[in-house]
Amino acid sequence: MTATPLVEMRNISISFGGVQAVDDVSIDLYPGEVVGLLGHNGAGKSTLIKILSGAYKADSGEILIDGKPALIDNPRDARAYNIETIHQTLALADNLPAPANLFLGRELRTMFGFLDDSRMESETRKIMARLNPNFKKVADPVSALSGGQRQSVAIARAVYFNARILIMDEPTAALGVHETKMVADLIMELKAQGLGIFLISHDTREMMALCDRVSVMKNGQLIGTERVGDVTEDDILSMIIMGKKAEQAA
Amino acid sequence: MSTPDTSASAAPSTARTRARVRLTETLELDTRLLGMIGAFVLVAVVFNVLTDGRFLTPRNIFNLTIQTVSVAIMATGMVFVIVTRHIDLSVGALLATCSAVMAMMQTAWLPQLLGLPLGHPLIPWLAIGAGILTGALVGAFQGYLSGYLLIPAFIVTLGGLLVWRNVAWYLTNGQTIGPLDQTFQMFGGINGTMGEFWSWVVGILATLAALASLWAKRRDKQRHDFPVKPIWAECALGAIIAGAILGFIAVLNSYQVPAARLRREFEARGEVMPEGFTAGYGLPFSVLLLIMVAIVMTVVARRTALGRYIFATGGNPQAAELSGINTRLLTVKVFAIMGVLCAISAVVASARLTNHSNDIGTLDELRVIAAAVIGGTALAGGIGTIYGAILGALIMQSLQSGMAMVGVDAPLQNIVVGSVLVLAVLIDIIYRRRTGRG
Repeated sequence: MTATPLVEMRNISISFGGVQAVDDVSIDLYPGEVVGLLGHNGAGKSTLIKILSGAYKADSGEILIDGKPALIDNPRDARAYNIETIHQTLALADNLPAPANLFLGRELRTMFGFLDDSRMESETRKIMARLNPNFKKVADPVSALSGGQRQSVAIARAVYFNARILIMDEPTAALGVHETKMVADLIMELKAQGLGIFLISHDTREMMALCDRVSVMKNGQLIGTERVGDVTEDDILSMIIMGKKAEQAA
Repeated sequence: MSTPDTSASAAPSTARTRARVRLTETLELDTRLLGMIGAFVLVAVVFNVLTDGRFLTPRNIFNLTIQTVSVAIMATGMVFVIVTRHIDLSVGALLATCSAVMAMMQTAWLPQLLGLPLGHPLIPWLAIGAGILTGALVGAFQGYLSGYLLIPAFIVTLGGLLVWRNVAWYLTNGQTIGPLDQTFQMFGGINGTMGEFWSWVVGILATLAALASLWAKRRDKQRHDFPVKPIWAECALGAIIAGAILGFIAVLNSYQVPAARLRREFEARGEVMPEGFTAGYGLPFSVLLLIMVAIVMTVVARRTALGRYIFATGGNPQAAELSGINTRLLTVKVFAIMGVLCAISAVVASARLTNHSNDIGTLDELRVIAAAVIGGTALAGGIGTIYGAILGALIMQSLQSGMAMVGVDAPLQNIVVGSVLVLAVLIDIIYRRRTGRG
């Protein structure tokens, strides 16, 4: 690929109290591409991605957006670069209804500067009608919603604000078969629109189907990045387990 | 990404409860609000019976409201503090410091340092300004210690409880400072009422504003094609609100100023009181102040981004942080608001006493926290209402003064109030578990 990458994370390292959570990792992402991050629990996938979304600050290394160095110190900075994240924990305020969560930190205002709850509710109805036609409980606190409905609120929040870079951390972990399929369809649709997507999952088969490239991490280090067309699922599995690249077939 | 709705609410057991549920839903009434009003009515009726009708007289209702104001004002701020999962144990002490600053401004600093003569019209306002500034700065400082330096608010304000109580002592050398400025004393309750005419004006304006806001809400919903209540429900709600406001004004207006006091007022103006002249006290300025605080705080809670962030942070601090909310600065703002409200309460409390005393506001932190909690504010954070806290303060004050009127022993009064606090929280927990909210 000759185009400028949408995102480049170069030589990123971070440690927490002596534990090297991410150790000199470099990954990149092009527009219209899905890059999967694979690895065991604690391999450093979520930590790496949280540095991009502004939740953590790297000890060293740099982030480039569109080829230019980007300073991402907090989640507000990441949002300014059109980086949207669906966190594994969903990051929803359970006591608030869907519209308040969808627009949290970016509320629509009336001309007097007050919250425009009616407009936020009607926008929420619109986007939810597209993402999850069965979604009805717009006025209830999200604690009253099912796992799948909560997930769709988190996804709606990431998709609504014209993301260019989407980070999805285990978006299907809590979902049934049917819903997982809907998320997969959505990923393909967003990819076709030219978004770059980082996808984290434990499901190697799903990753092989959805991603263009996969990066495998183990103990905070990057084992390797492969195009999915060039490797088999077994190759990837052995990278995850053994922590080294598969022998190149002669 | 949908799953079938599994949270079907438990079927009400009888047709009658189902009808009642449907009625409250049609009116979109908050069942918790109804519960609290019910509790308040119960307390009032029981004491009225026990005191042979002395509890529900205009005189006692008037006294009850002016006794509630100081704690109720602070309780609205405590809602924000508790909703964000903090606590403020220093409110009574901070009230004392603000009160001391204002009293010293009026009686010593402004007259002696700035040379303003006692009774100068600027004195009360400069004093109030200084008090509010003190409250805001102290509150913001405590918020900074908790939000940025991450000292638990419990500890910061426990320290503050000792510090500010005794800063007040230092400022005044432990003396009672008074009498306070005449204009300043108008905020205390009985010394500053609006009279019958202006009370009606305020009552009618308030009614019109309430009805207009109901109407505006309905129009807004219609514009966005959201379901609206049937028009009869809207009218019923409007009638209840209008009746409550105007009824309250009528009660306050029917509390008569004693003839001796009226005669003194006429004499002071060099006039003679006409035969058979009477006047009602009407709405005290302190109560008007509480109403305005309640409106502003409710608007902040429901209609501003600040309020939205307060509740979001209380519901899930990590989520708020990840949404780009500066939760540290938010903590500073919440405690600064609490500080300002302590200062406003200090105006009311010291004006009611007509002086600043060294023990002013003692144990108020407990009354304020209890009012917020009885009013449905969850200590786990994320849940609470301004009107709930005010009703909580009113219920507590009713219990206290009702028992005093009945002649219950002082220790037993506190035992009852303490038990009611614990019981109220238990009922709230059971209610939330049943309704699955919160």
